Amino acid sequence: MRRGTTIYLYELFWILPSIAIPVGMLVALVVFTFGAGVHLPGDHGRVEPTAVLATPPFDQPGTVQVGPGQYEVRMVSGIWSFAPNEIRVPAGSTVTFVAASRDVLHGLFIPRANVNVMLIPGQVAHVTTRFDRPGEYPFFCHEYCGIAHHTMWGKVIVEPASKADRHDGDSAS
Amino acid sequence: MTEADAAPDLTPENRLTAAYLVVALVSLFVGVSLGLFQALEHAGIDLYPWLLPIIKSYYHGLSLHGVLNVLVFTTFFISGFLQFITARSLRIPLWNRGLAWATFWLMTGGLILAAVPLVGNAATVLFTFYPPMKAHWAFYVGLTLVVVATWLVTLTLVCTYRAWRARNPEVRTPLPAWMALVTFVMWTIASLGLAAEMLFMMIPWSLGMVAGTDALVARVLFWYTGHPIVYFWLLPAYISWYTLVPRQAGGKLFSDPLARVSFLLFLVLSTPVGFHHQFTDPGIGQGWKLLHAFFTFGVFFPSLLTFFSIVASLENGGRARGGRGWVAWFGKLPWGDPSLAAQVLSMILFAFGGIGGLINASFTMNLVIHNTAWIVGHFHLTVGTAVALTFMGITYWLVPFLTGHQLWSRRLGLAQAWLWFIGMAIMSHAQHRLGLMGMPRRTMIGAAPYVQPEWRSLLPFVAIGGTMLFVSAMLYFANMLLTAVASREAAVIEVPFAEALSGPEHAPVILDRWRPWLVLAVALIAIAYGPTIIRLVTTTPFTTPGFRVW
Ligand code: HEM
Ligand SMILES: [Cu+2]
Ligand SMILES: [Cu+2]
Repeated sequence: MRRGTTIYLYELFWILPSIAIPVGMLVALVVFTFGAGVHLPGDHGRVEPTAVLATPPFDQPGTVQVGPGQYEVRMVSGIWSFAPNEIRVPAGSTVTFVAASRDVLHGLFIPRANVNVMLIPGQVAHVTTRFDRPGEYPFFCHEYCGIAHHTMWGKVIVEPASKADRHDGDSAS
Repeated sequence: MTEADAAPDLTPENRLTAAYLVVALVSLFVGVSLGLFQALEHAGIDLYPWLLPIIKSYYHGLSLHGVLNVLVFTTFFISGFLQFITARSLRIPLWNRGLAWATFWLMTGGLILAAVPLVGNAATVLFTFYPPMKAHWAFYVGLTLVVVATWLVTLTLVCTYRAWRARNPEVRTPLPAWMALVTFVMWTIASLGLAAEMLFMMIPWSLGMVAGTDALVARVLFWYTGHPIVYFWLLPAYISWYTLVPRQAGGKLFSDPLARVSFLLFLVLSTPVGFHHQFTDPGIGQGWKLLHAFFTFGVFFPSLLTFFSIVASLENGGRARGGRGWVAWFGKLPWGDPSLAAQVLSMILFAFGGIGGLINASFTMNLVIHNTAWIVGHFHLTVGTAVALTFMGITYWLVPFLTGHQLWSRRLGLAQAWLWFIGMAIMSHAQHRLGLMGMPRRTMIGAAPYVQPEWRSLLPFVAIGGTMLFVSAMLYFANMLLTAVASREAAVIEVPFAEALSGPEHAPVILDRWRPWLVLAVALIAIAYGPTIIRLVTTTPFTTPGFRVW
């Protein structure tokens, strides 16, 4: 039996879009990733999982200012809480979370700030985001970590830019 | 050759397949029953206290739901179905029936061993069992035996194929048997990560032979298998869509060579993509993640090819039945056949699942939805519908075939398929949107102190859709049970293998060769995984202790 040309054309008719669609999406993805400078969590070294609380910076969990408008949150997760679980920064801050787990897997998920990272025992997680609008940004543990996993959460409280700043703004107007 | 030569007695193969189906369906029954409780819990209806003598917590139930539905139901169904398909399409018995039965009992033994701690709340670690949560050793050993049994299924299929090949040196392998073989070969390569995790890490650690483990190494090995396992579930559904559904729709498969191309691409591309489940993991370089994202887009090619081929085959059927126009032929499909209706409905939801999959794989978009309810919505469309509802659709002809009894009720079957379709559309839609609103998955939401006001209006739809799904599942099990025990009419059924418009004689010879494709598959895996695995294994101190946190 000879193969009909119609079937052949038909096949091509399906094959071409099957290639074009993924390639198109891939290009869009690469342009978007590099163009917008979005980063995924990468390799930021290890921390000995049995000695997290004795290893800087995790021996002193908390929020520290590291520059003008720049903060670093040193965070330790463990069943079933984050330390710190309440973080205050002024609006317009850039915040880097340096986080680790001292027991099982956890996750740090701040939906309204596009932070989504796994906290893996032995690994140091490192993510940076900006908080522009004042308000409360809840964060959740989004990996199953045991019987009270659903109670593990906290919030970032973004305060209006400080009184002094606002005063400047007022007098200028 | 006479007809008698060509059709040996395959009754023993039927019995083997029936045995696998019984275990698969019992597991699915328990699995979906627990799904109902999860869905209701999300809407604030906590019925877990009722289950207390057996199910100790939401997470205990969720571990059972995940393990039974996606590890046990799928594996047993696929092993039974593809051995059946192979013997039937090659028209020869399985290579060694003793081995085939021993494999079944090994798999079942593994399941029972794993089930004891799982049911006993000693393995409430969810179906991903990430360390350093530490379950009872029997859970890991049991699951490992199930994996080893799947390798023996591969052995059976390979030897059966070779026995056939020796007698038919020049012929192209019939498509269904060839696809079944590709599926199990792909799975065997893909399962090596899980096997390594179990044999070198989880089993010695849970037995106390080594003190520590490492969470990241375990995750890398787990997801080496964890992505291609979805193709292990999906390809058998595709086998039905490519080689059986066209006939059931009254038409022919559109192109046999195109079907072979897509399966070979799955063989090559299924595995080197696992980091797309670890985009948000620290400890893996961004460059490697990007490479896996690239390959992930590569696997969309055979997926789209499959989608187009199947639509074209259905169209062929619809037109052969008098359908006209651009879309009107769709209505002419034999919608009164529950087997066809279930499978076509599952394809429709799968199309949405595919679009969602593109988003999941999109690197940066993944940050929005990773580990949220969106993912739960996504895989209930893919494995929970494209796979599960297709498998149910297959049993609407397969169980009558195996038992020799007519399906107890065709109309009940139709109602079941539509109810699953509608219930899943509702539940999954709500879960997708909840995920976009930041609701985490694997979480006892009804008891969470942080439920956001905007989630509240959608959570009831999880319960409504979930309840419809549960009712659908119960109709299904009732129909199957009654077909087996109460149906009196004898069934006259043949396996609905489809012919092709463009047949196997048009396939280039390279498509029937194995070595080049296997070499390519292994090479891509070495490139995508080699450097990261070598770095991790050589630099990681395995010091993480285990925890029981449930
Ligand atoms: C009656 C039908 C079903 C209902 C109502 C249902 C409901 C649910 C719900 C609400 C969850 C989310 C739990 C959470 O994230 O906390 C879930 C998880 C899940 N479901 Fe289903 N489901 C059903 C059927 C299925 C089927 C047929 C499959 C696959 C064959 C399946 C596979 C899964 C898996 C793998 C998970 C994730 C478990 C985990 O995160 O560890 N489900 N299901
Ligand atoms: Cu958690
Ligand atoms: Cu995947």
